[in-house]
Amino acid sequence: MTLHAERKQLVAPGELLAEGPYFAGENTYREGGKIFASRIGMADVIGNKLIVVPIKGAYIPRIDDLVLGRVTDIGMSGWQVDICAPYPAMLPLSETPMRRDREEGRRDLSSIHGVGDLVLAQVIAFDRTRDPLLTTKGRGLGKITSGRVARISPAKIPRIIGKNGSMITMLKKETGTDIIAGQNGVILATGKSPDQETIAVEAIYMIEREAHTRGLTDRVKAMIQERMKGKAIA
Amino acid sequence: MSATHQSSPVAKLEQKTVVDLILKGKRLDERGPLDYRPLTIMLGTVEKANGSAYVYLGKTKVLAGIKVEIGTPFPDTPDEGILTVNSEFVPLASPTFEAGPPDENSIELARVVDRGIRESKAIDLKKLCIDPGKKVFMVFVDVYVLDHDGNLIDAAAMAALGALVDAKMRAFEVHNGELKYKDEKIPLPMVNYPVPTTSVKIDGTIVLDPCLEEEQVMSCRLTVTTDKDDKVCAMQKGGLGVFTPDEVKQIVSTSISKSRDLREKILLKVK
Amino acid sequence: MRNDPSVKLIDAKGLRVDGRRLDELRPIKLEVGILDKADGSAYIEQGKNKILAAVYGPREAHPKHIALADRAVVRCRYHMAPFSVDERKSPAPSRRELELSKVIRESLEPAIMSEYFPRATIDIFIEVLQADAGTRCAGITAASLALADAGIPMRELVAACAAGKIEGKVILDLSDIEDKKGEADLPVALMPKSNVISLIQMDGSLSDEEFKQALDLSTDACRKIYEMQREALKLKYHLVRDETEDKEEMAEVKA
Repeated sequence: MTLHAERKQLVAPGELLAEGPYFAGENTYREGGKIFASRIGMADVIGNKLIVVPIKGAYIPRIDDLVLGRVTDIGMSGWQVDICAPYPAMLPLSETPMRRDREEGRRDLSSIHGVGDLVLAQVIAFDRTRDPLLTTKGRGLGKITSGRVARISPAKIPRIIGKNGSMITMLKKETGTDIIAGQNGVILATGKSPDQETIAVEAIYMIEREAHTRGLTDRVKAMIQERMKGKAIA
Repeated sequence: MSATHQSSPVAKLEQKTVVDLILKGKRLDERGPLDYRPLTIMLGTVEKANGSAYVYLGKTKVLAGIKVEIGTPFPDTPDEGILTVNSEFVPLASPTFEAGPPDENSIELARVVDRGIRESKAIDLKKLCIDPGKKVFMVFVDVYVLDHDGNLIDAAAMAALGALVDAKMRAFEVHNGELKYKDEKIPLPMVNYPVPTTSVKIDGTIVLDPCLEEEQVMSCRLTVTTDKDDKVCAMQKGGLGVFTPDEVKQIVSTSISKSRDLREKILLKVK
Repeated sequence: MRNDPSVKLIDAKGLRVDGRRLDELRPIKLEVGILDKADGSAYIEQGKNKILAAVYGPREAHPKHIALADRAVVRCRYHMAPFSVDERKSPAPSRRELELSKVIRESLEPAIMSEYFPRATIDIFIEVLQADAGTRCAGITAASLALADAGIPMRELVAACAAGKIEGKVILDLSDIEDKKGEADLPVALMPKSNVISLIQMDGSLSDEEFKQALDLSTDACRKIYEMQREALKLKYHLVRDETEDKEEMAEVKA
């Protein structure tokens, strides 16, 4: 039973991580009693399981993911939504909140969501044989009408959120904005003034660029405080 | 056949952000309305070509290569060399580019770049004649878009100009229609240096050197090419929006001085 | 063309036209992640070769009908710029470019875990900006890096290099003049971890012994190139362990 990789070691596809009775976790694979990395990223060991935390990669939806998507088409019973995944997502009319003022017989989908609208939704179904299914029935879900959007690599979303939400909590507090980070790499910052939103977005891009460097939280906090001083915030 | 393009790949809310910023006199990357993005030009990157230039305009990257070959002249200009400008929007440059023959955007770009060079008489084509009516030198300018982050026309034209200025061909003599090469290398017979500047109109405001996000929300664009004597030699409007005559005059004035700055940068590289 | 006695490819000291030994690789430079829009990209210089590789994917299949139910469609386009060769080449794809697109795809696809992305496509683009023989091998080396840079799951990287024969001697990594005037050209792509060959082509004339020699030369070179690929990836993604970060966050959790 040999571990070849250290925790947080940068590994490339095909590199040997361990030999023996280990489990092959995310972004690794098992071949003939050995475990290899399949993506470039940081190796880590959790108990008996080897994983690689990826640096880049496409967004693959998982059930319960919160995503921010753009409506691309209106069909007979729902909308097609681009959630930056290799598969277009579907938001059926039946998965939107019922409105008392909506008459049963009249279903004018374009009056609810039009092409180009940004929606906050949750993934309720996805598997190998069909495209992801979304819902906007939860609290806070639905059409987004204000705020600033940042688009980053989905692999960096955990860094934006931070351990137990520490990074995103700091961002919200220091910029005075509400920040929603979609698992698909699309982030929304809403504040009382566009300047606050701009600073929040700048901080987000800074985190994406410097995700794996020392003392990031402090540097981002300092940057925000510096920028906030220069603006007249109500 | 030309058809209306697909809807924008950005959400309406994101388009609104760009427009709102512009109305306040700001741009996404904090530039002024008349500022160009950081410009880097590298000459001679492809040694096998007669000339080459690699242009970085912000994140947009374009490579231009020159090949000089021998061919037959056009019947109506028997004593002139031939200039051909071709553009490739290779699929690696953008998720929106598909493999295949040049589409209308690629062809428009090639023809606008060509127009600037041809109408400013940048190359003295008569000096490229070998045997009138029979043999002339052909200058092929191939523009290769490698990374699309907006304003491909300006980046491409600057790359083309850089490549032409960088280009070397074998010195030659003509005796009774016979071509004899000499040992040394000479530059192309360049006498003018056309440079375009592209402006876009966003909700009534005019800004120069649009980045990709600005191109996605613009209503129309105007490219103005000027030469070393501040003469306008080519123009091209694009997009479904419209300009007022005053806006056009204003853009032309701005372009003349802007082109001067850009021309200096390119020619500085050759020294 | 071949066996032209007027051109000396190996001099009295046993050195080639560019000063290399028979078994020496041309200088190689690799850079990862140089394009902004592509999901993954890499640039290679090998001798006078200058080649750009980029990857988009996994992304939606367009048109829909090409999609496969159980894995991603891998598409590959090898293309040469008109100014990349001595005589200008028309930008329209030639039969050679179409053949090379196919064999290159077949050299990379075995390493890609395409079963993770059914009904999607992974697109690989190789643009030769300057050519000096061995472009398909250099293209494969760069495309491997571009795939890894895009975060696409792979069993391992793929490295490639050609061997051949000039003036009766088996040599490594032919340059343009050696390819044009030599007696054999053998491009090989190797998956170094599994030690298996995913591309092999040959044209010319080689005895059994010469072939084995040439194959060993090229597979050894592939392993050397693989180490360079790993270096290039690590240089791009140099990580510093964030101890400070961990301590901070632990303190916040406790508070």
